Amino acid sequence: MEYFVQQLINGLTLGSIYGLIAIGYTMVYGIIGMINFAHGDVFMIGAFIALAMFLILTTVLGFAFLPVVLLIVLIVAMFFTSAWGWTVERLAYRPLRGSFRLAPLITAIGMSIVLQNFVQITQGARVKPLPPQIQGGITLMDGGATGIVVQLSYMQIIIILTTVALMAGFTLLITRTPLGRAQRACEQDRKMAALLGINVDRTISLTFVMGAALAAVAGLMFVLLYGVIDFYIGFLAGVKAFTAAVLGGIGSLPGAMLGGLLIGLIEVFWSGYFSVEYKDVAAFSILAIVLIFLPSGLLGQPEVEKV
Amino acid sequence: MAMNASNKGGAAQQSDPNSFAASVKDAAIAGLLVAVLGFFFIGIRTDIAPGGLDLKMRWGAWIISILVVFAGRLLLNLFVLKTDSPLTQKIAGAMPSGSRFAGTGKWLMRALFAFALVLPFFFTTFFPGKDRQFIDLAILIMTYIMLGWGLNIVVGLAGLLDLGYVAFYAVGAYSFALLAQYLDIGFWFALPLAGILAACWGIVLGFPVLRLRGDYLAIVTLAFGEIIRVVLLNWYEFTNGPDGISGIPKPTFFGLELKRGEGGFADFFGIAYDPIQRFIFLYYIIFILALITNFVTMRLRRLPIGRAWEALREDEIACRSLGINTRNTKLTAFSIGAMFGGFAGSFFATRQGFISPESFTFLESAIILAIVVLGGLGSQVGVVIASIVMIGGIEMLRNLGFLQQVFGSGFDPVQYRMLIFGLAMVLIMVWKPRGLISTREPSVVLKEKKRIGADMVAQGEGH
Repeated sequence: MEYFVQQLINGLTLGSIYGLIAIGYTMVYGIIGMINFAHGDVFMIGAFIALAMFLILTTVLGFAFLPVVLLIVLIVAMFFTSAWGWTVERLAYRPLRGSFRLAPLITAIGMSIVLQNFVQITQGARVKPLPPQIQGGITLMDGGATGIVVQLSYMQIIIILTTVALMAGFTLLITRTPLGRAQRACEQDRKMAALLGINVDRTISLTFVMGAALAAVAGLMFVLLYGVIDFYIGFLAGVKAFTAAVLGGIGSLPGAMLGGLLIGLIEVFWSGYFSVEYKDVAAFSILAIVLIFLPSGLLGQPEVEKV
Repeated sequence: MAMNASNKGGAAQQSDPNSFAASVKDAAIAGLLVAVLGFFFIGIRTDIAPGGLDLKMRWGAWIISILVVFAGRLLLNLFVLKTDSPLTQKIAGAMPSGSRFAGTGKWLMRALFAFALVLPFFFTTFFPGKDRQFIDLAILIMTYIMLGWGLNIVVGLAGLLDLGYVAFYAVGAYSFALLAQYLDIGFWFALPLAGILAACWGIVLGFPVLRLRGDYLAIVTLAFGEIIRVVLLNWYEFTNGPDGISGIPKPTFFGLELKRGEGGFADFFGIAYDPIQRFIFLYYIIFILALITNFVTMRLRRLPIGRAWEALREDEIACRSLGINTRNTKLTAFSIGAMFGGFAGSFFATRQGFISPESFTFLESAIILAIVVLGGLGSQVGVVIASIVMIGGIEMLRNLGFLQQVFGSGFDPVQYRMLIFGLAMVLIMVWKPRGLISTREPSVVLKEKKRIGADMVAQGEGH
């Protein structure tokens, strides 16, 4: 029981990170109907920026008060990663708008290769460790007989709270602001939206920027939670987050979050109860199973085919 | 001037978009963007140091990168993008146009074929010092041509977007390696077995994804490819996991081993032994395998099944309403494509003598798909050109040692291989979204052959 609760907490934490990345996939897929293959690598970029900014603040400038440091790192990482997201859209997607569908997929794969190798060259191929910054936590259960202590660490609390706050803010952005309205309009019918005076290119760019900003938050959390990053983390995290987006129903924001949590839980329980080696196989199999048997996902709209 | 600009559909600005000031402003924006993007990556480097991570500032490199992009964008604006007479137009005017090139295409193919036929002897005669290196590169390019042709059946003809093609390559390589290890089977006997096994896997993996289309199909095939790799990595007892399998036997020439001394190939024919003979032999094996792939593909295109593939690519619903069995059509495309991947895989295993799951990552699938798409989907010549440009061009970076004298001894051009590969993928695709060879030969004709423009072909949208 204690083990189960502990795994549940770990799964929800990991799922929050996947969910944040999944939102980027789901929004882009919703608006242009394509998988942003480079999104996982944008997340990786965000993690590297967060790490560098954290080091600048703590070792070079000598800030010691952690909450302020983290807040600044968060804002800086979101801003700089957004610039990367915008660039990916500008280079790989905008020139090919209206071209046949495979072309942007290839450019996106190309951008993904570029981003990985750019980071590998400029930052080195070795992993970057960061010692845990936020320690301690609340002991929830002290399972006397089993000896397993269930702990909710402060780190996990911060991750889950930040995710909830961002999700709330984000839902407001999509449902209540002119930008969100423009995005939903583009999602339904891009040509009609353009006829009604919406700047479609700008809206699509902003969608990439928003996705990248959320990926940056996920990157910062990944650095703090795992303490180890390298240039290759984007691929696996990207595929799992995409799985989450598909599982939740692509195009649906709450779906992406729900999918992220489920994928996080499945991965953690699979590693906890079956085998750590095959945890990626579990994620990939779920992706295949969901796409084959439930292509519209849990909360998605079924696609109507017109001939 | 203003008329001209609006005719060209340029940015709708009040001021003249082609003025020098506009070009400078645009270049400044590009420079600023690089300043933002590069700040944390070029300007700063984190390194592992005793007691945690250490920061290193590299302001020089950061400023240089900004200036380079600014200057590059400015030159591009002045001469290509924001001018009334782009330089590219002049170059294009001087070059033979597309239709004239198409006429020479057949001769180009014949010339390429003739060169490929005598290639090893060409290198041993004219580059005796570097022949081994060049023939090795030719083998590598030929392997990718074969893989490209194999994938072309799935993506180019049947229009099924497969991002996990490397799985079949891995199945072929591991089939041969494991057969040789456990049952002591030689290359020539294992080759058809590896092809059949890969084809079976093509059906096994193809069956569940029959209903999927487009991007979804792509991502599921990617997942399958990764599953196979992870299983190979973790099934330690059977596949030796990350350590891989070594000591894979070399192919024999009708039972003769290409080795030094008694009973070898050179001994039997009474010629002097030279290690290059093995490379030449390997080259001809992959050359013949690739030719078989091409020949089978070209013949299949004329059979009902090949026409069904192309019909499927164009419109699946129309296909089904005309009574074509789409399930079988898709599965044959998957399995035949996979079979050639399997052949190429066992050749890879015998060439390397060592395989590990590391050789079969998603990147490899991406490279093969890139070759097919950049060459022009469904075009056999396109695959050849794209392989030579992408693989050959990238490998040529290894020979750029003189750059070290320019950029200092710490500069290693090989490091930049994949970065340049990715950039080339993006640039070629933006420049020619339909691939380098974008016209198609019709497979069935009435009276005369007409070329089909790329915009008339659905190609690979996964319908």
